[in-house]
Amino acid sequence: MKTHRHWRVLLLFTVVALIAACGGGGTEDTSIPITQGDQTPSTTAATGETGATDTTAGSDTTGGEAAGGSMTMLIGSSGDAETNAVQAAVDAWGEESGVTVEVIAANDLTQQLGQGFSGGNPPDIFYMSWDQFQTYASNGYLEPYAEELSNADAYYQSLRDTFTYDGTFYCAPKDFSTLGLVINTDAWEEAGLTDDDIPTNWDELADVAAALTTDTRAGLSFGLEYARIGVFMNQAGGTLVSEDGTTATADSPENLQALEYVQSLVEAGSLKFPSELGAGWGGEAFGQQTAAMVIEGPWINGALANDYPDVNYRVVELPEGPGGKSTFVFTNCWGIPAGSETRDLAVDLVEFLTSDEQQLKFSEAFGVIPSTESAAAVYAEQFPENAAFVAGNDYSVSPVNFAGAAEVVADFNASLEGFATGGDAQTILTTLQANLQAALDAANAG
Amino acid sequence: MTSLARPRSRGLRGNEGPFGWLFTLPAILILGIFLVIPILLAIWVSFSNWNGLGPPVGGQAEFVGTANYAEVLTQPGLARRDFGIAIRNNLYYVLFVVPTQTAVALFLAVQVNRKVLKARGFFRTAFYFPSVTSSVAITVVFLYLFGASGVVNGVLNWLRIKGPNWFADPRGVFHIVLGWLGVDGVPSFLAGEGPLGVTWWEWVAGPSVAMTALITLAVFTTSGTFMLLFLAGLQAIGQDIEEAALVDGAGPIRKFFSVTLPMLKPTLFTVLTLGLIATWQVFDQIYLAGGGAPAKTTLTPAFLAYEASFEGLRWGRGAAISFILFGIIVVLTAFQRWVLRDREGGSRRSRRRAGRMAQARAVAATTPAGHGTGGGGSE
Repeated sequence: MKTHRHWRVLLLFTVVALIAACGGGGTEDTSIPITQGDQTPSTTAATGETGATDTTAGSDTTGGEAAGGSMTMLIGSSGDAETNAVQAAVDAWGEESGVTVEVIAANDLTQQLGQGFSGGNPPDIFYMSWDQFQTYASNGYLEPYAEELSNADAYYQSLRDTFTYDGTFYCAPKDFSTLGLVINTDAWEEAGLTDDDIPTNWDELADVAAALTTDTRAGLSFGLEYARIGVFMNQAGGTLVSEDGTTATADSPENLQALEYVQSLVEAGSLKFPSELGAGWGGEAFGQQTAAMVIEGPWINGALANDYPDVNYRVVELPEGPGGKSTFVFTNCWGIPAGSETRDLAVDLVEFLTSDEQQLKFSEAFGVIPSTESAAAVYAEQFPENAAFVAGNDYSVSPVNFAGAAEVVADFNASLEGFATGGDAQTILTTLQANLQAALDAANAG
Repeated sequence: MTSLARPRSRGLRGNEGPFGWLFTLPAILILGIFLVIPILLAIWVSFSNWNGLGPPVGGQAEFVGTANYAEVLTQPGLARRDFGIAIRNNLYYVLFVVPTQTAVALFLAVQVNRKVLKARGFFRTAFYFPSVTSSVAITVVFLYLFGASGVVNGVLNWLRIKGPNWFADPRGVFHIVLGWLGVDGVPSFLAGEGPLGVTWWEWVAGPSVAMTALITLAVFTTSGTFMLLFLAGLQAIGQDIEEAALVDGAGPIRKFFSVTLPMLKPTLFTVLTLGLIATWQVFDQIYLAGGGAPAKTTLTPAFLAYEASFEGLRWGRGAAISFILFGIIVVLTAFQRWVLRDREGGSRRSRRRAGRMAQARAVAATTPAGHGTGGGGSE
C-alpha cells in the first residue's frame, strides 16, 4: 500500500508538470480546440506571455481607466503604411475610450480568421473582404451592426449592397476600389495618340491597343480571371445571376459576346496576359513597361510608386461596351464576430474609423477611397489623378460573392486559362452556368 | 528495458506494473492529446456539418451521415470534379516523384559510398543539403528559376529551345506528346466521363508542365534525405559479403542487383513508404506556387481540404477529403508491402538463385569468425 501511494504522488506530479509543459508549447497554435477548462491555472502560470492575444491579458496596460480593457484587430495589410495608419487611428480612439487595441497584420487573413473562429477566439474586429462576406454571414459568423451606425445612410449604395445578406446590412464598408484603365502616357505619346483618342467604347479600345502594341510591348494587359473578364461581361449587358438571386444567367449571348471580344483582342496580338509577359499581375507588367495599358484599381498607385517610380501614367474610366458602362467594385468591411463580448466597444470603434475625417486620413496614408459619398467627393478633389476610380462607383457592380460562389469562380478562372490558347467560349459559359446554378440552389436551400 | 517488463505478474518485481504505466504516461498523454483526440474529433467533423463556429462537439454542429463523403465521391457536381482533378494531379505527382527520387537517391548513395571517391564528405553534405533547407525557401527559388524569363528558360534558349512558361502552363505533358504524334482533338473513345466526373481524356493528361516543375523540385529536395537512408543501409552490408560476391565472380553490376539491392530491401521499403506518404500529402509547394494554378493542374487533395475548410468554411468536407487521402495512403502502403514481401512461394528460378546467394553469404559470413557486423538482417 505504501508504494501505491508513492506512485500516485509521482503520477500527479508528472501530470502537472506535463500539462504545464504542453501549455508552454501549444498555446501559440490555437488550432487545437481541446486544451482548456480545468488546467487553466497551471498553464497560465507556466506561460506568462502567451496570453497576449487574448482579451483577458494586458489589463495592466490600460492605465486604470474605468472603461479599460484591450481588443485585438486583425487586418490584411498592404504594407507598413497601412498598418501604421490603422494603429495610429485606433490609438487616437483608445485615448478617448481608454481601450487598448492591438493591430495584428495577418499573413493570410482568411486562414487566420478561420483559425480564430474555429478555436473560439476570433479577433474583436477584423477586415472582412467582399468575396468571403456572404460565406461568413450565412454561417452566422458576423454581427449585423451596420444599421445602428449614425452614418449608415452615408455609404454608397453599391457598397451597402455588397455587405447585405438576407436583407440585412451587416457591416460598415471601410473603403472601396474600382477598376479603371491605366495608361502609360509616354507610350501613348510615342504612338502618336492624343487625349481625343482615349477609348470610350470597345472598338476604340481595340484600336488604341493595336496602336500601342510593339514587338516588346503589349497594348493591353489584365489578369485572366473573372475579376477582369467579368467587367466585359457586364459592359456587354450580361450578368451571372438574375436580379432575384435564384437563377444563373451566365450562359447568355451578352456574356458570349464579351468573351469573344476579349478573344479577338488576343488574336489581334494586342492583349497579352501578365503571365505571358513574365509578370505576376497587371501592375507588374505595366511597371516593367511590357504592357502599355492595364485594367487595375487604385492599389496600382502604391505599387508603381514603390517599385517603378519612373513610369508616367494616368487613369481613365473604362470604355463602355454594347450594354453601357460598367466596372467592378471591391471592398472590405469592418467585421465584428457574432455575439462578441466587446461588441459595443467595437461598434463605437467602427463609428470612429468610418467617419469622413478618419477615412480621409487613411486615403492620405495608403491611398484607399473613402466609402461614404461625401468623403469620396472630397477625395476626388484632393487626388484628381484618381477621380476616374471614384467616378466608376456611379455605375459599378459587385462581383458575385454568394456563399459557395468562390469555388465556381475559381473553376471559371481555371477554365479561362485554356481560353487564352484558343478555348471555346461557349463551352466555358455552359460549364459556368451549370456550376453556378448548382451553387445557387445550394446557397438558397441552406 | 524489456527484461524489466517481462516478469510483471508476480515475484520480487510485482509492484513494477504501476511504474511501467508511470513511465509510459508522458508518451500516452502527449499522443492522446495531440494525436488521438484530434483524430477522433476530425472523424466526427467529417460526419458533421460543423462550419467552424464554436466547438465541433456540443455546439451547433449536427451529424449529417456520409453527406460530406458523398459530395466528393458520388454526387455529380463541382466538389466531386475538383476532387477528381486533385486526385489525378497527385497520382501523377506520386508516379513520377517516388520512383525517380528512389532511383536517384540509391544512385547517389552508391556513388558516395565508393571508397575510391575523393571528398566523399563534401558530396554527402552537398547532396543532403537541399533536405535541410526549408522547403518554402527552395520553392520560392524554384518559382524564379522556372519563371517565364528565368534561368531554366535562359539555358534552354541558349540551346535554341523555346522553354515553356513553366508555372503558367496548364497543358498535360502526355497531351503535348500526343499532340506531337498527331492527336489534335479529343479521341472519341476518351471523350466519355471517367471516375469522379473527370473525362478519360483529362485522366490521361499526365502532369501539367507546371506540375513537372514541382516534380523536379520534389526530387531535388528529397533525394538527399533518402540517400542518407540508403547510405546507412549500404554501410550495414559487410565488407565480407562483397568480398564473397567478388570471389564468386560477380561483376559490379551483377553484385549490385544480386547482392546489394536484395540486402537493401528493408531500406527500400522504408524509402518507398516514406516517399509515398510525403508525396500524397504534398501541400507547402502547392500553397506557394499559387494554390492549384494554372487551371487547377497543381491542385492536390491536401490543398483542396485546406481550401474547403478555411475558405469555404466546409470543415466537414475538408475533414472527409483528409480521411479519403488517409485511406488512399493506407491502401497503397499495404499494396506496396504486399509487392515487396518476401516471397515464400515465388518463382522457382528466383528462389533457387536466392538460395544460392544465401548459401554464399552464409559461407562468407562464417569464415572470418567474429567479424560479422550483424546488421545485414534483411529477412
